[in-house]
Amino acid sequence: MIGSGRVGSTVALQLQLSGWDVTVLDENEDSLGRLGDSWPGGFLVGHGMDLALLREAGIEEADAVVVTTDGDNTNLVIAQAAQKQFEVPTVVVRVLDPARAQFYAARGLRIVCPTAAAIETLVGVVRQAETV
Amino acid sequence: MYILIAGGGKVGTNLTRSLLREGHEVTLIEQRPYRFEKLEAEFEHQVIRGDATEIFILERAGIKRPPDLLVAATGDDEDNIIIGQIAREKYGVGNVIARINDPRNQPYFDLLGVSPTVSATGAIMGLIEHEVPEHGLIHLLELRKENLEIVELTVDENAKAKGRRVGALKLPEGARIISVVRNGSAEIPDEDTQLEAGDQVLAILEPGKEDELRRVLIKD
Repeated sequence: MIGSGRVGSTVALQLQLSGWDVTVLDENEDSLGRLGDSWPGGFLVGHGMDLALLREAGIEEADAVVVTTDGDNTNLVIAQAAQKQFEVPTVVVRVLDPARAQFYAARGLRIVCPTAAAIETLVGVVRQAETV
Repeated sequence: MYILIAGGGKVGTNLTRSLLREGHEVTLIEQRPYRFEKLEAEFEHQVIRGDATEIFILERAGIKRPPDLLVAATGDDEDNIIIGQIAREKYGVGNVIARINDPRNQPYFDLLGVSPTVSATGAIMGLIEHEVPEHGLIHLLELRKENLEIVELTVDENAKAKGRRVGALKLPEGARIISVVRNGSAEIPDEDTQLEAGDQVLAILEPGKEDELRRVLIKD
């Protein structure tokens, strides 16, 4: 897990509960608090672009990498490195900007775009109201 | 030439000024409002405000034409990588130059095909190495795509290679001595060229084999 904000930390907790061995990496030490009082997994403080830190976190043996820092471009760069350099079988990345999300999805990255999802839902709900 | 510059910090601004003076057509993109106002006062319509990693901003700046050259010169390496990738792969910009702020990020630029790159830290380190060659070996040129580099070593009084024939040296695999500069004149050595103290040796080799080369020529 690279980035342990609201989304990252919750994903980490859920995966840990379902039996995954999870290591979390975040720039901010305080984000460990989001993982509860007794986080049993790994936790490293530092920047997600730090290759030595990624190796220390075990990216070379990882089955999956989830990238959810607060920067779209940082996420896209780390995710591509995870895929191309470290050949992690499953890489999924959060990108807030729908345009960049679409471009990189077309290039083979597995992308979650909360903005696009919100737009779709909002428009869908209003259109449904139209037909009532 | 039509040139697009992302990032109006010191680098991007001075670059814009120099290129305009040379008669090129330039569009500069700057995001920070305060910085943008200053730039607009100087460059008028040639600067536009926005995040250069946003596709619609790049399009507003004219990336669809496409420009002959794009310079990704922001203060953020991830941004420069993404701008470079989008320019090259989405809009077919043939020439992309990217600024590296933190030399530790170089591998990301290489991995994601954003090159050539320019790093002020790297350039100054290169000069320091040249002026104060602590390790007896100077990097002269890096051919990144070809995975080769050219270095210079000076054979001193105590060097292992002093008095030896080039053909007798056990150079690292793939390394070649391409020139020997003696008393200011360069010659292309053959197997029988004997190295003397004071010779400057130019060698071509794969990056990472510098230590091996130094062990063979200078000392263990």
